[in-house]
Amino acid sequence: MSYNPELLATAAHMDELEKLIDAGVTAIVVGEAKFASRLAGQFDLDMIKQATELAHSKKAKLYVSMNNLIDNATVDELPQYIQSIQSFGVDAIVYGDPAVLMAVKEHAPGMKLHWNAEMTSTNYATAEYWARRGATRFVMARELNMEQIVDTKQKSAIEIQVQVHGMTAIYHSKRSLVQSYAEHHQQRDRYAQLQQAAGLYLMENDRPDERFPIFEDEYGTHIMSSDDICMLENMHELLDARVDSFKVEGILKSVEYNVTAVKAYRAVIDAYLADPDNYEFDESQLEPIRELQDPGRELSFGFFFKEQVY
Amino acid sequence: MSTTTKRVPRFNGKRNRLARPELLAPAGNLEKLKFAVHYGADAVYIGGQQYGLRSNADNFSFEEMREGVEFAKKYGAKVFVATNIYAHNEDLEGIEQYLKNLQEAGIAAIIAADPIIIETAQRVAPNMEVHLSTQQSVLNWKTVQFWKEEGLPRVVLARETSFEEIQEIKNHVDIEIEAFIHGAMCSSFSGRCVLSNHFTDRDSNRGGCCQSCRWKYDLFLEGAPVNEEGEDPFTMGSKDLCMIEHIPDLIEVGIDSFKIEGRMKSIHYVASVVNAYRQAIDAYFDDPEHYELKQEWLDEINKAANRPLNTGFFLDVPGTEDHIYTAEEKPAPYDFAAVVHDYDESTQFATIEQRSHFTVGQEIEFVGPGGRFFKQTVSELTDLEGNKLDVARHPLQKLRIRTLKPVQPMDIMRKKIK
Repeated sequence: MSYNPELLATAAHMDELEKLIDAGVTAIVVGEAKFASRLAGQFDLDMIKQATELAHSKKAKLYVSMNNLIDNATVDELPQYIQSIQSFGVDAIVYGDPAVLMAVKEHAPGMKLHWNAEMTSTNYATAEYWARRGATRFVMARELNMEQIVDTKQKSAIEIQVQVHGMTAIYHSKRSLVQSYAEHHQQRDRYAQLQQAAGLYLMENDRPDERFPIFEDEYGTHIMSSDDICMLENMHELLDARVDSFKVEGILKSVEYNVTAVKAYRAVIDAYLADPDNYEFDESQLEPIRELQDPGRELSFGFFFKEQVY
Repeated sequence: MSTTTKRVPRFNGKRNRLARPELLAPAGNLEKLKFAVHYGADAVYIGGQQYGLRSNADNFSFEEMREGVEFAKKYGAKVFVATNIYAHNEDLEGIEQYLKNLQEAGIAAIIAADPIIIETAQRVAPNMEVHLSTQQSVLNWKTVQFWKEEGLPRVVLARETSFEEIQEIKNHVDIEIEAFIHGAMCSSFSGRCVLSNHFTDRDSNRGGCCQSCRWKYDLFLEGAPVNEEGEDPFTMGSKDLCMIEHIPDLIEVGIDSFKIEGRMKSIHYVASVVNAYRQAIDAYFDDPEHYELKQEWLDEINKAANRPLNTGFFLDVPGTEDHIYTAEEKPAPYDFAAVVHDYDESTQFATIEQRSHFTVGQEIEFVGPGGRFFKQTVSELTDLEGNKLDVARHPLQKLRIRTLKPVQPMDIMRKKIK
């Protein structure tokens, strides 16, 4: 079978979804806050229906993220939500909590399941464990390196998804940490602005060049990486390994930025597929991304070439 | 904290349980295991040389595990091993043999998070139970049901579950529920934090956590720091969990195992905390109707505490008062001074082993299991040859000290810090 990997992106709204598909993605992932965290934007059921139709009309797939840690109150709402999604023809559900897997098996059998337990999806054998229980794809933790990714692809029958661009989630608490901090300083006026503020970030004393975005939602506090992964120039290694899906994460980025990133990855993937043996990375393909890159955020290789200790 | 005189049950209509919950204590090494069991733990959890999340703790060899299991058996206590990492591909080799060795060492259960470790243990070590780790952050009954159907007899819930949520889970699924009731807490969902990976290239989910959540941060709004010089900076650091004031609720909601955190903590800490909870649980079962919180239990806990305490998520989601923004103060000025090895009734001298510096004239306390307790000052102190000493300087030095009352081996001597 010929190798034609997926290029996947998040979308903040319908307009971005359309632009990203036109720019070259072959799949889009959306969702809503009740069931998913760290979304680029909110898509309620009506929008998911519309998004599915739009994506399918452009030969792209539409996935719905349900990556939350599910609480008791949400368990009862899973069947109806999942049945609605299936009736729209959504192509897969992204899950981390086994409650979602169980609900899909009971109420929407046949629906494809992408296992994404965020930073705890770390090895091929556990991916196969979930495959035996119905998962069709393994969304690999962002803290894994190239060697582990290649090794996993070689050892797995299940589809492998790797994030190649954008920021990553590095901390999730149920606590409202920004609000708690604001209340700690409640006598000072400027802390009042923190409530609902966008564009907040943390900085640690010894690391003045690193800005970690922080935001709150109804499921607590999220902290994001200070760097944006950019694997454009090393895509051939991942393509050589036959990774099934490449994700461009668009959270907290402009539509223009995401469209530019997607175009660059599309061009690189197409160039590679046209002639894998003679493929060479063209440095100029990075320029449009660099031009739009926030100067306060480094374009990095994430953990792809890092050795971690413990 | 204050004592309550009249108790209003939180769970109306629920009968009092007949079975006692298990009191489960941490043990960073063999000596700590012995103290935890001696002071009243029904089970202890330890780490082996691999696959655990405390790579900086001493951790047990298989030989030490066997010795620990033997010791625990004399008290009718069990030993569990934490194998709670999220494995990477290269960690998987050798896991089968490791799990078989645990079973052979007499380990009653492993505490695991990664499904492949769970499944492998069930296959290669079927006589050993598998308990789901809190690293899986289980919040709901449906997920508990999933793990029950996978054959697990016990789930350790996420620390983020409230009393009401635990009750709902118990109502839906017949399975043992273990919950943390005391100790330090991740401020994130367990396992959902890679701050260490990003700051120091240390993998938090394989035991490399460097506690970045307790560091200080500046919070920026629109490019400018919100906190000015001298104002408390931002942190995610949480106060420690303490549920000693809610023992009846914990029992009546049906939690099967009360878990104390702290494999890195001292003998003094583990013994003091276990001692307090053991007495509270036993007091409840002796007479549930007239159960009263005792000030002595609170005192014991506070004397061992490292940080200010709170009730975690049991009653409500933690707020501003549950985080540590200002410089940490040790709540009580007490420290571990010595361990009792022996007592000679005829001379009224105890043989002790020094654990930290103390002097003649210093105020000390002796504590033993079941609430045995008295205060005195250090009056007569000698080395084993009988030479009089003014000060105990040398760690692990054996000494003789006159005590006001009889003491027993493994009693703890603590000192008041001046």
